[in-house]
Amino acid sequence: MASLTPQVTPGTVPGAAPAPVSARPGRPRRPRVWRGVVLLLAGVYFLVPLIASFVFTVKAPGQGFSLDAYGRIFSTEGFGGSLLLSLGLGLATIVVVLLLTLPAAVAVRLGAPRLRPVLEVVCTLPLVVPPITFVAGISTVLRWGPDYLASTPFYQTIIALQNPGFPVVLVLAYVVLALPFAYRSLDAGLGAIDVRTLSEAARNLGASWPHVLLRVIIPNMRSAMASASFLTLALVLGEFTIARLLSFQTFPNWIYRISGSQAQVSVAVSVFSLLITWLLLLALSSAGARQRSGS
Amino acid sequence: MNGARVEFRGLRRRFGSTVALDGLDLTVEPGELIALLGPSGCGKTTALRCLAGFEQPDEGEVLVDGADITRVPANRRDAGMVFQSYSLFPNLNARDNVAFGMRVRKVPAARRHARARELLELVGLPSVGDRYPHQLSGGQQQRVALARALALEPRVLLLDEPLSALDAKVRVSLREEIRRLQLSLGITTIFVTHDQEEALSMADRVAVLREGRLEQVADPATLYDRPATPFVAEFVGAMNHLPGLVSGDRVTVFGQTLPVEGPVPDAAPVDVLVRPEAVLVTPDGEGGGIVMVSSFRGSTARLRVRLGDGTEVLADVPGHDSVRFAPGTAVRVGLVERPVLVSARTEAHTEAGAAAAVPEPDVV
Repeated sequence: MASLTPQVTPGTVPGAAPAPVSARPGRPRRPRVWRGVVLLLAGVYFLVPLIASFVFTVKAPGQGFSLDAYGRIFSTEGFGGSLLLSLGLGLATIVVVLLLTLPAAVAVRLGAPRLRPVLEVVCTLPLVVPPITFVAGISTVLRWGPDYLASTPFYQTIIALQNPGFPVVLVLAYVVLALPFAYRSLDAGLGAIDVRTLSEAARNLGASWPHVLLRVIIPNMRSAMASASFLTLALVLGEFTIARLLSFQTFPNWIYRISGSQAQVSVAVSVFSLLITWLLLLALSSAGARQRSGS
Repeated sequence: MNGARVEFRGLRRRFGSTVALDGLDLTVEPGELIALLGPSGCGKTTALRCLAGFEQPDEGEVLVDGADITRVPANRRDAGMVFQSYSLFPNLNARDNVAFGMRVRKVPAARRHARARELLELVGLPSVGDRYPHQLSGGQQQRVALARALALEPRVLLLDEPLSALDAKVRVSLREEIRRLQLSLGITTIFVTHDQEEALSMADRVAVLREGRLEQVADPATLYDRPATPFVAEFVGAMNHLPGLVSGDRVTVFGQTLPVEGPVPDAAPVDVLVRPEAVLVTPDGEGGGIVMVSSFRGSTARLRVRLGDGTEVLADVPGHDSVRFAPGTAVRVGLVERPVLVSARTEAHTEAGAAAAVPEPDVV
């Protein structure tokens, strides 16, 4: 469970964090040098683009230092709406994906261990199918339905799915995309506790199945669920292809749109959203750490 | 808290091609501690899980106080269980673990906390209420699990090898404590174990299972002294099969004539069943036996002695005597003068002498 929990070492970016951890204790000198080298390389790899982006946003050619671009983010038309839309889509996706995968993973572990490879393959499929294929399929399905069905509830359902205010079809698509990440996190979390014995112990003490799930399994899965939620949210906040091709104004799509007219602002928004994502990550991993020390 | 009568009637359960229970019939009297003993795969755990409701028998029924509970869901049964693996809820401290069942039944917080404290005192852990499972040792965790199983005052207590994950010292002290608690509460207890010493030392009666069937159920002394089948004889303690000749109600073995216990078979050549501790060994250059292997066990040492005719005999001698019986020592073998069990001679036994149906790893 711990390995999948996002962890941030202060001062480094997430991708660079595992490197120093792998250095073995006991042989003090040389590994420390290598540790430094790896950290430095990873730091350069991750930090240079970030610094370049930042410099680009604060220094227009021929002008001095100015945080003006960051100020303009909030006044640019469409910022609030698209960010809220993406966050809303993210939350809805998290709820649906957890409601789908957690009971499924628990049921497979307890009732049908032999189906586990099947579930694993099914949950990995979205990684194999390229998003462009996926979205082509979705738009074909959405366009399906001849005109004479226009007055039927079926047609109205398809229209409602595409409501630009809150496109449910994106939630459905993102749920599919998030399956591999959510399932892996939850499965690792379930692997860290003895689900069978714990649920049998709870059943023996009179707990019904819903009670077992809510009071025994979920409380012990908190950090796995947090990591599943975070990965899902990060995925939704960054997903571009599907939203773009179905023409919904999500946050990444909005960034793309304004990059044509206001290049500085669009990069500023990217840096800004990266910052927000990191803050979320920090909050989640410290919540996970609190849980570990508390239980 | 009074115990219930538990009955297994013709219980059958098969997993794919393996038969876990093959018509098990067993009655557990109210307030009794019965141990289900047998090698792994003999169905003892399956029987317990059928009683707990985690397993459905294909055939047969489980009765508690005469009521058929075979189809009652696990959470509506009146049986507390302690599991082999540590089963405390990791997100709850010891007190909340003990109080879990009461919380499910919506007992008011004040009352369930008081009761949890009382139970933790009962299992000898009055001060660990605030600790989480990962802060407790294995023995402490199993004690808390015991308190949790007793919290709802069940009429049956199920123990599924609760001591097997613990180290030897804790195991012995905890089993004595379980027995003490069980006697004082008078709760019907079914204890699954593969450890014969555990079964013999704790139980009122021991039920030996083999391949899903009951081989024998008896109190420990009877089981040990008068095993009903060769399997029981081999599984519970070690047993020598020595060649003997019956005449009347006596049997001649190693030149000694001993009274026969139980039925006397018609055949004259028989196997005489003798426990290693009933074999007397004395150092004697002319004795005709040679110590092949000696394994020291602290209070005793078990010798494997080969006799002139090739028969091998297991013998226990006091541990402090073991230096006198180093491998290679010539010895004389005799038997304690007391009635012995005999069984009709089987070819395998005559050949192998102390044939072991159940291999004993510590006797080389």
